[in-house]
Amino acid sequence: MLIAKKLKANSINRMLKIENLQASIDDKSILNGLNLEVKAGEVHAIMGPNGAGKSTLANIIAGKEEYEVTNGTIELHGEDISELAPEERAHNGVFLSFQYPVEIPGVSVTNFIKTAINETRKAKGLEDMPAKDMLKMIREKSELLEIDRKFLSRSLNEGFSGGEKKRNEIFQMAMLEPKLAILDETDSGLDIDALRIVANGVNKLKSKDNAVIVITHYQRLLDYIVPDFVHVLYDGKIVKSGDASLALELEAKGYDWIKQELV
Amino acid sequence: MELKEKIVSSYVAFENKVDMNSDIHEIRSKALQNFEDLGFPTKKLEAWKYTSLNAVLKEDYSLFPEKENTIELADVKKYFINDIDAYKLVFIDGKFSSFLSETTHDTFDVCLMSSALAKPKYKAVIENYFNKIAKQDNLTSLNTAFANEGAYIYIPKNVEVEKPIQILNFTTGSEAAILLQPRNLIVVEQNAHVQIIERHQSLTSHPALTNAVTEIFAAKDATVDLYKIQNDATNASLVDNTYIEQKSNSVVSVHTFSFGGNITRNNLNFYQRGEHIDSILKGITIIEGKQHVDHHTLVHHIEPNCESHQDYKGIYDERATAVFNGKVVVNKEAQKTNAYQQNNNILISDKATINAKPQLEIFADDVKCSHGCTIGQLDDAALFYMQQRGIPKKEGKALLMYAFANTVLESVKIPEVKQRITKLIAEKLGVDIGFDL
Repeated sequence: MLIAKKLKANSINRMLKIENLQASIDDKSILNGLNLEVKAGEVHAIMGPNGAGKSTLANIIAGKEEYEVTNGTIELHGEDISELAPEERAHNGVFLSFQYPVEIPGVSVTNFIKTAINETRKAKGLEDMPAKDMLKMIREKSELLEIDRKFLSRSLNEGFSGGEKKRNEIFQMAMLEPKLAILDETDSGLDIDALRIVANGVNKLKSKDNAVIVITHYQRLLDYIVPDFVHVLYDGKIVKSGDASLALELEAKGYDWIKQELV
Repeated sequence: MELKEKIVSSYVAFENKVDMNSDIHEIRSKALQNFEDLGFPTKKLEAWKYTSLNAVLKEDYSLFPEKENTIELADVKKYFINDIDAYKLVFIDGKFSSFLSETTHDTFDVCLMSSALAKPKYKAVIENYFNKIAKQDNLTSLNTAFANEGAYIYIPKNVEVEKPIQILNFTTGSEAAILLQPRNLIVVEQNAHVQIIERHQSLTSHPALTNAVTEIFAAKDATVDLYKIQNDATNASLVDNTYIEQKSNSVVSVHTFSFGGNITRNNLNFYQRGEHIDSILKGITIIEGKQHVDHHTLVHHIEPNCESHQDYKGIYDERATAVFNGKVVVNKEAQKTNAYQQNNNILISDKATINAKPQLEIFADDVKCSHGCTIGQLDDAALFYMQQRGIPKKEGKALLMYAFANTVLESVKIPEVKQRITKLIAEKLGVDIGFDL
């Protein structure tokens, strides 16, 4: 297990450090030397045109096995996590809110999150969370995301609307209390009310001890979740970084000017 | 000597031993003749194309062990659903164990086939029901020829049996190899209700072959729920031939849980003789190693306005092989039939096999008959999703498999049976999770 003990000194608040990351799927190169550093307490937005590698980056940090990391390192709290199984990364505090959450018929939202929490506790050598505490937490977090109680007994994501799926992702994030949350296009498929609820949820969960990476196409979400840094991902690399104003500039001008700058 | 010859030549000795009842004697002799003509099934028969008994039939089975064997309750307690009060019919190496059983004759009969066949008191029921719906095929005939011991259950009109009845057949390994042929008769009269749990369990690694025949008659408005738990030792094989006749407005459900054994063949046959009948056939099969499970179901819709619901789920790992052959026949007269059949299969390993065959023969024109058959693998995207939330791969797989099979468990009416099956599934999948979905 990765405990912060030996990392004190200079990297105490460094959450994630990605260096020269190169990755491919089916021999097709997708990430081409990506660098990114995220500290605790920060919100980073990653923007970029379709096919730039945004979702790939999210999936690789989470440990999806189809991708082959050919070069570079991914460190979480100063420890290389690139050999860890997805569940081990989750146990170490990595959370990915999926762009397309998977439907799991026959497993209720409540039972799924109970299993997820208790398996995480088991990995840390802890006992199962007492049922009373679990119920209390479920009640609190579902209220935070304005989730109807009936919704919790439904099969996970099965027949959920786009907005319900995303809200359910953030509900799980609230329950699991991750160190590093990656929100992969959490705004897609959301109407403006759902967007506000989801963004409020994320903002309430933010603290100086955790960090958020927001992957999005649009400025819209960043009106609610204000980033400290904005990065432009293009052709498998981060080609430009700036503060929140960069997102506004991208919204106004599109990506073409950046592509031209690169030529 | 080949098994067939050995069996046929043992017949005279067998007949001399059992109480001779002229009617039954005739039925047995005819059945023996039938078996002699037909022999054991081979893969040349369409119905046995994917299930071979050859290896199983090579053993030198002891046919009628004389010895009365006893077992300690403590050794077999785990095979009972013991957290519920129940009537029990326990057989050890084919012989009734009065010590482990709890029978009754109070308002209904839960007792022995051997006494029902021999005593005048039961003559009328035997004449009306014994061997009336059992097929004349090879293995059923073989059972009929030697029919003597098993469960006899008679529930009179309007009686609701409050406690379930458990039928347990143990083999102790006292013989090097044993052939058992239990014969059960269950008659449930008008508006009566009974729940039955059935299990065959070998207690050793010695080969055992069970060729069981059960006849069930559900009269008008009767309700019968039968749960078959098949989780036997790897050297125990079972051919289970169950025949069910239903009259108007009756509801009969059979749940078959096949989790282990060497070769398990279920021949489950429903005949609907009346209107507004509901027949429910459900099964979960989870096997691995070289285990083989074959479900052959038949629902014969003979009269109008009836329903049947079939739902069989299968999960196969390693080199396990399985068959699902679901036959639905709808007679010309059986208009307004609703017949549903679902058969979904997951192959965990590349070496596992499922032969699935829905077989619909519909002669009526105003019916709803649906069948859905799928063969797939576990959803990798779902597995990654679960892992991302901290659920390890093994537990994630187990959860997916349990959720997949859960539609079958939903209709189990006895909570303790449901809990037991859930526990068995967790054991099978090697995980320690509660599955309280």
